[in-house]
Amino acid sequence: MSAETLVQVLYLVSTALFILSLKWMSDPETARKGVFSGVGAMTLAIAGTLTGVLATGGTHYWWILGAFALGAAVGYPLAQVPLTAVPQRTALSHAFGGLAAGLVGTAKFFLYYGQKNEAALAPFIVVALVAEILLGFLTFTGSILAAGKLQEVKWIPQRPVTYPLQNVSNLALFALALALGVALVLHPLAPWAPWAFGGIIILSLAFGVLLIIPIGGADMPTVISILNAYAGLSAVAMGFVLNNKLLITAGALDGSSGLILSVIMCKAMNRSFFNVLFGAFGQTSTAGAEGEAKAYKADTTESAAQVMEQADLVVIVPGYGMAVAQAQHKVREVYDLLKKKGVTVKFAIHPVAGRMPGHMNVLLAEAEIPYDDLVEMDEINGDMPQADVVLVIGANDVVNPAARSDKSSPIYGMPIIDADKARAVYAIKRSKAPGFAGIDNELYFLDKTFMLFGDAKGVVGELARKLAGESGH
Amino acid sequence: MLLMTLTQHAAPATGGGGHGELDVMGAVFVFMLATFIGLMVIQRVSRLLHTPLMSLTNAISAIAVVGAIIVSAGKDYPGYITMLGLVAIFCSTTNIVSGFLITDRMLKMFKKQGGGAK
Repeated sequence: MSAETLVQVLYLVSTALFILSLKWMSDPETARKGVFSGVGAMTLAIAGTLTGVLATGGTHYWWILGAFALGAAVGYPLAQVPLTAVPQRTALSHAFGGLAAGLVGTAKFFLYYGQKNEAALAPFIVVALVAEILLGFLTFTGSILAAGKLQEVKWIPQRPVTYPLQNVSNLALFALALALGVALVLHPLAPWAPWAFGGIIILSLAFGVLLIIPIGGADMPTVISILNAYAGLSAVAMGFVLNNKLLITAGALDGSSGLILSVIMCKAMNRSFFNVLFGAFGQTSTAGAEGEAKAYKADTTESAAQVMEQADLVVIVPGYGMAVAQAQHKVREVYDLLKKKGVTVKFAIHPVAGRMPGHMNVLLAEAEIPYDDLVEMDEINGDMPQADVVLVIGANDVVNPAARSDKSSPIYGMPIIDADKARAVYAIKRSKAPGFAGIDNELYFLDKTFMLFGDAKGVVGELARKLAGESGH
Repeated sequence: MLLMTLTQHAAPATGGGGHGELDVMGAVFVFMLATFIGLMVIQRVSRLLHTPLMSLTNAISAIAVVGAIIVSAGKDYPGYITMLGLVAIFCSTTNIVSGFLITDRMLKMFKKQGGGAK
C-alpha cells in the first residue's frame, strides 16, 4: 500500500469515527463513547496527516511537536474551568478555531503568491481562500469579544452598542470586502493582490467586532451557535483549498451542528437569524416605562418553605441568575429535601435559559440532579396547571407572560414556560430592577406571585435550611 | 454512498503544497453529503446535551490542525509561512485537548435517577 493510500484510509476511518461520535451524542447513556470515538478520529486524522507529510519529505518536526505540546499545555487548564464559565470557554475556543483557519488560509495564499503559482490560485481555490479567511478571522475577533462579554471583562461593553446607520455601514464594509474578493479571484497574481488580501483580513477582523457589539447577553446562545457554525465552515473552506476531504467532512459536521443549534435558539426566541444579527435587542423596549409603578409582594423564605412542602408538584425554573450566583448546589439541597417529603420536583428548562444552548442542564447535572427530572419547555407546559408551586430562580424573560399577550413587548411571540398557570409562584430575584433589556415581567405582579429578594444562592440556601429545620432533625 | 464518493476521488494533495488535479465537484459532493449527515445526526442529539455537543464539535472543528501541519511541515517554505502554520497548530491543539476533556468532564456528570449511569 502506498503512503498515499494509507493516508486516505486513515482519513476514511477518521471520518466514520467523527460521524459515530456525533451519533452517540444522541443519548446521555452513550455520549461518553462519542467522546472516545472523537478522540480516536482526531488521533487518526493527525496520524494520517503526519504520514502524508513524512512521505512527501516534510520538515520542522521538532517545531511541530513543540506547537502540539504548547497547545496541550494551554488546553488542559482551559478544560478545568468551573462549569459556570463554560460559555466563555466555548467562545474562546471558537476564537482559537477561527484563528487557526484564518492563519492557514493566509499562509497558503502568500505561499502560492510567492511561488507565482497560477495553477494553485485557480478561481475556485481563491474563492475558498477568501471564504476561509473571512469566516476564520471574523470568528476570531467575534468570539474573543463574545467571550469577553460573557466573562464581563471591564473594557468590553455589556449592553448592546448601537449607533446610527449601523447596518448600512456594516453592509458597506461587507460590500467592500466582497469587491476585494472578486478582484482577487480575477487577478490573484497582480502586484496589489497581497494588499487586497490584507485588506480582506482587516475587514474580517473588523466584522467580528462589529457583529458582536450590538448583541446583548440574552442573545448569546444564538450568537455562540452561529460562531460555532462559522468555525466549522472555515474548516470546510480550508478543505476546499487543500483538496482534503477529511477537512471538508469534519468541518461540515461542525457547521451543521452550529446551524441546527442556531435555528433551535432562534425559534426559542421567536426571532430570525437576520433579526439577531442586525437588530440590536434592548433598543425597542423604552416604551415600557409608562403607567403606574406596580408593587411587588415580597415574602419570607419561611412561608415559601411551608407552601412548598405542602405541595404535590413543585416546578423549578432556573435561569442565568442561578448560574451567576452558583446556586445549583443549594438548589440540589432543596430538591433533595422536598423529595424526601414526598413532593415531586421537576425542572423546567427553556432552550435559551442561560448563556449557551444546554447551559442549565450542565449546571444541574453538576449538582447531581438526575437528568430525568430536567424537563424541556414543551413537555412541562402541559403539566403547569397541575403545579402547586413554581419556583423561579434567576430566570426572567423565559417566564414573562407578556410574550403571549402583549404585542408591543419586544419578546412578544417567544415561547415561554407557563409559570403563570401554576397555583402559586415564588420568584427569586436579585434586585427590584427590571431584567434584561428593561422589560417588566407581569408574572411578578400576579396575585399568586410572591417575590423572594436576594442573591439566588443565599435565598435558596435559606430555603433549604427552613425545609430542613421543619422536619426537625 | 458517502464512502464511494470519498474513495473515488482519493485526493493526491495531502502533503506538501503541490496540487494535483483539482476535483471541484468531488469536493462539493463530499461537502453536501457530509452536511446532510451532520444535520440528520445532530437533529437527534438530546437537548440535555447541547452544551457538551458544542464543546465536542469545538474539538472536531480543530480538524484545522490537518491543514496547519501541512503548512508547517512544507520544505523550503519561507519562515513566516512555517510560523503561521505553527501558531495554527498551537490554536487547534488547544481546542482538541480542552474540547475533548471538558466534554468528557461534563458528560460524566449526567446521571439518571438512582445514579446508575456511568
